Amino acid sequence: MSPHEEIAPIQPKSERRAGAALMTLGNVLPRSWRTRGGREGMVENRPVLSVLRHLILIVGIAIVMFPIYVTFVASSLTAEQVLESPMQLYPGGRLIENYLTVLTQGSGMGSSAPVGQMMINSLVTALIISCGKIAISILSAFAIVYFRFPMRMLFFWMIFVTLMLPVEVRILPTYKVVSDLGMVNTYAGLTVPLIASATATFLFRQFFLTIPDELVEAARIDGAGPMRFFWDVVVPLSRTNIAALFVILFIFGWNQYLWPLLITTDESMYTTVIGIKRMITGGDAATEWHLVMATAMLAMLPPALVVLLMQKWFVKGLVDTEK
Amino acid sequence: MAAEKRVVFKSPWLPYLLVAPQMVITLVFFFWPATQALYQSLLVEDAFGTSTQFVWFENFKTLFADEGYLSSMRVTLIFSGLVAVIGLSVSLLLAVMADRVLRGATVYKTLLIWPYAVAPAVAAILWLFLFNPTLGIVAHALDSMGLPWNHLLDANQALTLIVIAAVWKQISYNFLFFLAGLQSIPRSLIEAAAIDGAGPMRRFWTMVFPLLSPTTFFLLVVNIVYAFFDTFGIVDAATSGGPGRATEILVYKVYVDGFKGLDLGGSAAQSVVLMAIVIALTFIQFRYIERKVQY
Repeated sequence: MSPHEEIAPIQPKSERRAGAALMTLGNVLPRSWRTRGGREGMVENRPVLSVLRHLILIVGIAIVMFPIYVTFVASSLTAEQVLESPMQLYPGGRLIENYLTVLTQGSGMGSSAPVGQMMINSLVTALIISCGKIAISILSAFAIVYFRFPMRMLFFWMIFVTLMLPVEVRILPTYKVVSDLGMVNTYAGLTVPLIASATATFLFRQFFLTIPDELVEAARIDGAGPMRFFWDVVVPLSRTNIAALFVILFIFGWNQYLWPLLITTDESMYTTVIGIKRMITGGDAATEWHLVMATAMLAMLPPALVVLLMQKWFVKGLVDTEK
Repeated sequence: MAAEKRVVFKSPWLPYLLVAPQMVITLVFFFWPATQALYQSLLVEDAFGTSTQFVWFENFKTLFADEGYLSSMRVTLIFSGLVAVIGLSVSLLLAVMADRVLRGATVYKTLLIWPYAVAPAVAAILWLFLFNPTLGIVAHALDSMGLPWNHLLDANQALTLIVIAAVWKQISYNFLFFLAGLQSIPRSLIEAAAIDGAGPMRRFWTMVFPLLSPTTFFLLVVNIVYAFFDTFGIVDAATSGGPGRATEILVYKVYVDGFKGLDLGGSAAQSVVLMAIVIALTFIQFRYIERKVQY
């Protein structure tokens, strides 16, 4: 199968692109993982070219990593050290103090909410969004694939159309709905409006279509009903898809910006990403950059950890879907 | 792959129950607000919100006659063009290098995947810190090279800043897809060309690049969509649309006019225009990119 067959249908939002990444990554990671060392063959292998390649990659990676490194360094300095121009480029000795300060007290300027609370808010938000999306998508995909019922295609197209309605194009009216429902400054308000997911539904549908019909027949002979079949066959078979989707959707949920910006007016409900933005609104003189940078490191950490810790599952899911 | 199952379950109510959660959320938070936006785009409300009047396409006429909106449209086009072209070029260069690397390929890949996990708004803060006119390291270096940097005053520099942050954030994604495309090109083709005496540059431009064109086109559309809709966080955190309105891209303007300006009809009309853009881009993707997946 060529990788282009695997490219996802549609990508107009980060979550959607993520879905595409899932489907296509199946062809990216495993193969390259496997072919380390097998790519040279008969093509000339001049050492000069090889050195040049490494050089370009190292320079590229240095540039890509530079902002993260500087952020880390700044998060380990005192307020005065950060303000020195130019700032030093090796870590200072205030690492633990700075992180403890932001986690328990936040930045004194702009927003005073402790980042510890924001991290909890971000975590709850990201978990509800990722698990919620997976749950409602797997259920609707199951209904659409394994049942014939009136309006089935209508439901399918309605889910499809949500791809064309990203939150950016309907923010005011959606905000109005949420505020009319009294969901401003609640976890429900932060998450529920983002939980519908066409990408996840399509991904599950595509996967269900590959499950052999014999399994349904066997289940029927054994007298198992649809929900029994769902729990005992469909969900276990979908494990790797679920895990891979979780990684992508967790990052999507954790990194939300526009929606929490509208929905959280109460500091105790801020997510980490919003909290950072609030810390720098006071202008240069009022910004405690060493604390802002510590918060930025904390905001980057959980999504990076999820990718890192779930890499094996992630790659396995991708290998399995490679077919 | 079959588009339909041969064997299905039967139940008069269960499938409805299963799709219900998704449908409720879709109707309440997607369809109802979208309908409201469509409806409001045809209304004008007076300053006190006491009376509304149905005005047909008056809001759209006003919108397209508004110099502020047209300039926002131009900024968006320039911004997304730069993000797509620079992002694709850099990622393609790195992917071509990584494709032929023998040692450390996994390490390079792991390091390049990183920015994917960073929130757009956080990416903006990282670059904002580097380019901060008073204490940023990069701004300092530029100053000492005789290039005074102040994106708070200079419109082009502000645009440069958000382009850099947006490209940085998107490199991982482009890189992975280009690498996939490169690794799907049959080895035998490259070897045949090498045996015929075609050097690396020649092979790249006459074989590899044309064979990559489906991936490139796909990524081009994805990057434009990204620059249009997913960069709100970058703009808000890095420049807030300033200086003046130099970096006010369309999605940022909808937000500013709707939430800060409280111009309901105008903001709704802008939403409708954005919806039309999403629909057009979606159509392009379906028409020209994806034919294998059946819907």
